[in-house]
Amino acid sequence: MTRGRRWRAVVLALAALYFLLPLVAMLEFGLRAPGGGYGPANFLAVVRDPVLLSSLLTSLQIALVAAVLVIALVVPTAVWVRLRLPAVAGLLESATILPIVIPPVVMAAGIAFVQANLDGPLFRELFASSLTALTPFYVVLALPFAYRAVDNGLAAIPLRTLVEAARNLGASMAGALLRVVLPAIRSAVLGAAFLTLALVLGEIVIARILLYTDTFPVAIVEVGRSQAGVAVALSLAALVLTWVLLLAVSFAGGRRTGAERTP
Amino acid sequence: MIQLAGHRPAAADPTPPLRTGWWRAVPWRDLLGVAPFAAYLLVFLGGPLYFVVSGALSDADGRPTLDNVIASLTAPQYRAAFLSSLQVSALTAVIGAVFGAFLAYAVLTGRPASPLRRTVSTASGVLAYFGGVPLAFAFIAALGQTGLATIWLRGAGLDLYAAGFRIDSLTGLGLTYVYFQIPLMVILITPALEGLLPQWREAAENLGASAWAYWRLVALPVLAPALAGATLVLFGNAFAAYATALALTSGSIPLVPTAIASALSGNVLVGQQNVGLALGLDMVLVITVVMVAYLALQRRANRWNRR
Repeated sequence: MTRGRRWRAVVLALAALYFLLPLVAMLEFGLRAPGGGYGPANFLAVVRDPVLLSSLLTSLQIALVAAVLVIALVVPTAVWVRLRLPAVAGLLESATILPIVIPPVVMAAGIAFVQANLDGPLFRELFASSLTALTPFYVVLALPFAYRAVDNGLAAIPLRTLVEAARNLGASMAGALLRVVLPAIRSAVLGAAFLTLALVLGEIVIARILLYTDTFPVAIVEVGRSQAGVAVALSLAALVLTWVLLLAVSFAGGRRTGAERTP
Repeated sequence: MIQLAGHRPAAADPTPPLRTGWWRAVPWRDLLGVAPFAAYLLVFLGGPLYFVVSGALSDADGRPTLDNVIASLTAPQYRAAFLSSLQVSALTAVIGAVFGAFLAYAVLTGRPASPLRRTVSTASGVLAYFGGVPLAFAFIAALGQTGLATIWLRGAGLDLYAAGFRIDSLTGLGLTYVYFQIPLMVILITPALEGLLPQWREAAENLGASAWAYWRLVALPVLAPALAGATLVLFGNAFAAYATALALTSGSIPLVPTAIASALSGNVLVGQQNVGLALGLDMVLVITVVMVAYLALQRRANRWNRR
């Protein structure tokens, strides 16, 4: 038993070293003040620099719309598959791996072709701004892990019983979904939303190739060409923020189910 | 949790006679429920892919041709790009799979719902999906010219940059990729590790097996398809990734996505756009092979699932 423990400790220590070192380095690098010494100047660039600030707002807007779309697509589908179509569950789970391995650069290439060659009011609307042009495709990139997160949430609740009880009490299918299922899996849904935020704050390939340069990650990379410290500081802030949000959801979800088991 | 028998209320005709045709057995009305999801993927994923394929197979004026595909496979700069893309993907997939599997197992043997497990699982999600940009800057901060680890190592007598290391090289890129490959492996392999029943280990021990014999003869054969499948996904993940390279190097490493982006941006010859799309088609074909193999392995992996 002690040998097993020692093996485990070594693995965890190595992992902690490899994963924490770059984060510590980010903190140190981000805190370096331009004139020497240390200070928060790099972190404050986001409020000082109007370009960075407006790009952050654009990206948060994209993240919000994308998260709503993702949840509207994923929750009813995952519920429906569990209730009515268990036969396609395996197929759908495999399909959700797809956007992990579909190269964003290939998606961007296809979209760029449409952008350059097709015309019409619909396409003009679609490519009018980074919000309308990027959001639909970020939703595609976000679907796989959102589906997994929501499906895991559904696996942890007595879905069929809940839906049947709600229906017996006179709720419509939509009502049961909105007022019974959604609250029961809220931590999974929030998790999916925050992972969508993570994706939007990290995606530059499609935005760069389609020439929408006003999103936060693209702006960070641009700033990084001349001020690496600012880019490092803001990347760290985005990373830590998303992670803290996910961690909070995870702990809140855990406490809730723990409390429910003791009536 | 109570699992009710029978997944849906029996239809009016529970056993459709085979003679009336197989389509009777398909729950068409139920399939309508997944129609919005499928339609969305068809438009916003299928649409771009369609234009990649059709553009790859036609010339600048829209006439069908195979020249782009041939050029994308034979031109020396594209061959070099494919070679380094395949290299860095394969290497980081194997490294990520090995270390990720160990890490996942080390975390799983701890208490369930412990802070350690929550930390690792949420951090895995962030790091695996955040991808590109922040990780590139993390490694610039650690191993760049003036990075913390570089300075420490120089203090310890090891000058990385004097030894020829550069963060915007293929090696630096590989190191950065491993940082998101390990978390993705943890996410992918944890369900399979959870599926190892304690009874198997007890049975093996009762029959006199050592820990090593248990792993070699029971656990690893059961896990092998899942491990191989997850490694393939990691390969596809690295092969598809571009954001890190873009943020780290601004396009100096010859990778397939770099080649596609520069062909698309039109800073080369006219007609290169279609070659860029052909490179995209090549990538899709590689990914397709990987995914077909993954699905076959997944089917084998599910054999031991009780569900």
